[in-house]
Amino acid sequence: MSVQSRVDKVLENYGLAKRDKLIPILQDIQEEEGFISRSSVLKVAKHLGIPASKVYGVATFYNQFRFEAIGTNHVMVCRGTACHVKGSASVLQMAEEVLGIKAGQTTRDGMFSIETVACMGACGLAPVISINGEFHAKITAEKLKKLIEEIRNREKSNGAK
Amino acid sequence: MKLTVNGKEMEAKAGETILAALKREGIKVPTLCHMEDMLPSGACRICVVEVEGAPNLVPSCSFPAAEGMKIHTNSPRVINARKMIIELLLGSHPDDCLYCAKQPTCDLSRLAREYGVTKRKFPVQTRRKNMDISSPSILRDPEKCILCGKCVRVCEETQAVACIDFVKRGSEAYIGCAFNTGLNVSSCVNCGQCINVCPTGALMEKSYIQEVMSALAAGKHVVVQHAPAVSVSLAEEFGLPAGTDVNGVMTTAFRKMGFKAVFDTSFSADLTIMEEGSELVERVKTGGVLPMMTSCSPGWIKFVETFYPEMLPNLSTCKSPQQMLGAMIKTYYAKKQGLKPADIVSVSVMPCTAKKFEMGRPEMGRGGAADIDYVLTTRELAQMIKIYGLDLKSLEPQEPDMPFGERTTAGKIFGASGGVMEAALRTAHFLITGKELGVIKFEPVRGLAGIKEAKVKVGELEVGIAVASGLGNARKLMEEIKSGARKDLHFIEIMTCPGGCINGGGQPFARNKVAIAERMRALYNIDATEKIRVSHNNKAVQQLYKEFLGKPLGEKSHHLLHTKYAKRKVSDIA
Repeated sequence: MSVQSRVDKVLENYGLAKRDKLIPILQDIQEEEGFISRSSVLKVAKHLGIPASKVYGVATFYNQFRFEAIGTNHVMVCRGTACHVKGSASVLQMAEEVLGIKAGQTTRDGMFSIETVACMGACGLAPVISINGEFHAKITAEKLKKLIEEIRNREKSNGAK
Repeated sequence: MKLTVNGKEMEAKAGETILAALKREGIKVPTLCHMEDMLPSGACRICVVEVEGAPNLVPSCSFPAAEGMKIHTNSPRVINARKMIIELLLGSHPDDCLYCAKQPTCDLSRLAREYGVTKRKFPVQTRRKNMDISSPSILRDPEKCILCGKCVRVCEETQAVACIDFVKRGSEAYIGCAFNTGLNVSSCVNCGQCINVCPTGALMEKSYIQEVMSALAAGKHVVVQHAPAVSVSLAEEFGLPAGTDVNGVMTTAFRKMGFKAVFDTSFSADLTIMEEGSELVERVKTGGVLPMMTSCSPGWIKFVETFYPEMLPNLSTCKSPQQMLGAMIKTYYAKKQGLKPADIVSVSVMPCTAKKFEMGRPEMGRGGAADIDYVLTTRELAQMIKIYGLDLKSLEPQEPDMPFGERTTAGKIFGASGGVMEAALRTAHFLITGKELGVIKFEPVRGLAGIKEAKVKVGELEVGIAVASGLGNARKLMEEIKSGARKDLHFIEIMTCPGGCINGGGQPFARNKVAIAERMRALYNIDATEKIRVSHNNKAVQQLYKEFLGKPLGEKSHHLLHTKYAKRKVSDIA
């Protein structure tokens, strides 16, 4: 299904919705598309009869919404309390440094994206990250660097085949 | 209801806020985010007062007064809290107050002085966001923004445009357009009402003072026109009471600064009435698109192009008075002076920031040369007069230059909401019946009400008229028309700014509504005291038609005085 019609489909589910449904709509769109695009914001604004600046303002208020498509390897870094105590800040810093992007962004080649989450519910494994849903426990900045290099090499050789 | 304030008893009305009660009693409480006639937002907390029994200080702007309340407005606790708020605001505010264009009217710097904040308490950490210089009218500097939210509210609640809002959260929050675009591509209509409410220098008009001064210094043929509202508001920038008319000395000041000719936009307002009045009569007679809507206010034009493209045929095709005079300066006047249009620098002083946008519309010129080269606001004119060291009080009043110096009072009242309507009715009556009106004062269209309506008999015809100012009110009217409920209307005047040009985005910063009412009173006072009060009796306009234009709606008029509009694509509307 094309990108356009997926957003339209979400809006169809909210036929007579008013502005109080803004956040659920945005959540559903992100669920479908992985991010909130410009055209989605404009469509939602039109659908609810509110200004796009308002929709954008609400969407940027919450960390959960992203405005770029996720990469083929989506890195989620846990920034919950347990992980923070165990040094997740330096893990995030390393991820941003190695990939040259900030949390919420996607590399230009579309290979990686970073997202921070408040808690993954795996505090016993702190600090924890997940890449495409696969958890990596007791991660360190060095381990993460290696992990990213491995993925890069794998993707490269896949591309060469 | 009785309150005790600072140990003294006073009265309060049920349902009003503490701030409203204190204000009436003449007790000064500082505010930054408070807006007259709007619901309180309670964002800035500078208005806190101490209420005995309450655990914390309360924001007086949003806290309802209650029977028996014991309030302290200047206890040490209150003063320390306010001082701390100012110090915190300054913690993210740049230090360039010395060069800031907002001085000396900046509320933040005034409060810092009033509360004795003489040094930084916190190391400065500004937002480090770039200025938005994309708009031809408005400069936005997020670093100077204190996030009071007044611009957001005036844009949404008063003007129904809502092109800006809070983006992000907490220490990362800033005011911006959707997707962080520049104002120029957004649905912003350039009205500048955000500038008028901004307590700091975060919003200012884009200034052309340097360019105009360079042209004057280079000895170019610089001519100037000034809008009807300018002469009744300029005085406030020089400490004179609101509503003082300084038309004569302003003309002298222009000459002293080196302008070769001083023209009055009220002249082309009269010209507009000849064209627009004729257009209305023609539309009524030939079954054209009704209701016809005025086209003098460039913010309104952009608003229709953006939000109501289906209403474009309703807009009068007349250019605004600024652009009509601009076209006459670069054709008729140029020819008379033996000058090429490109050799004339055409400056216009307006109460308006949207005029800075209008002058750059591609259709407003011929052969690559624009009809208006620079637009200055009333504030910028005051600034220029100060730079040139002119003392308005000691200047002798002078008369404007011909051929565009003569005006009637009908052209002058264009500066107030309802003025265009009143002027148009006076002339339309003459055009239809061939007779002058007995009583030419139209009380129902005067005043500061947002929407004014009336039924007027013009000859046999009963004309339904409506006047709206403030785009929020315009939007209400447009929705009524769209729904098909308003078949009774023939002619509608819309002004972008509440109250009309006298309250434009380029006007002296007025602290309250009284100043606006005084400016309006000054315009109607001129109308009441002068002899020639109908546009069609303007001798200079008659002469212009005889010598150059031919007749209203004639071929020359069509090319020079009329224009067309198109649906506008913007970044924040699907």
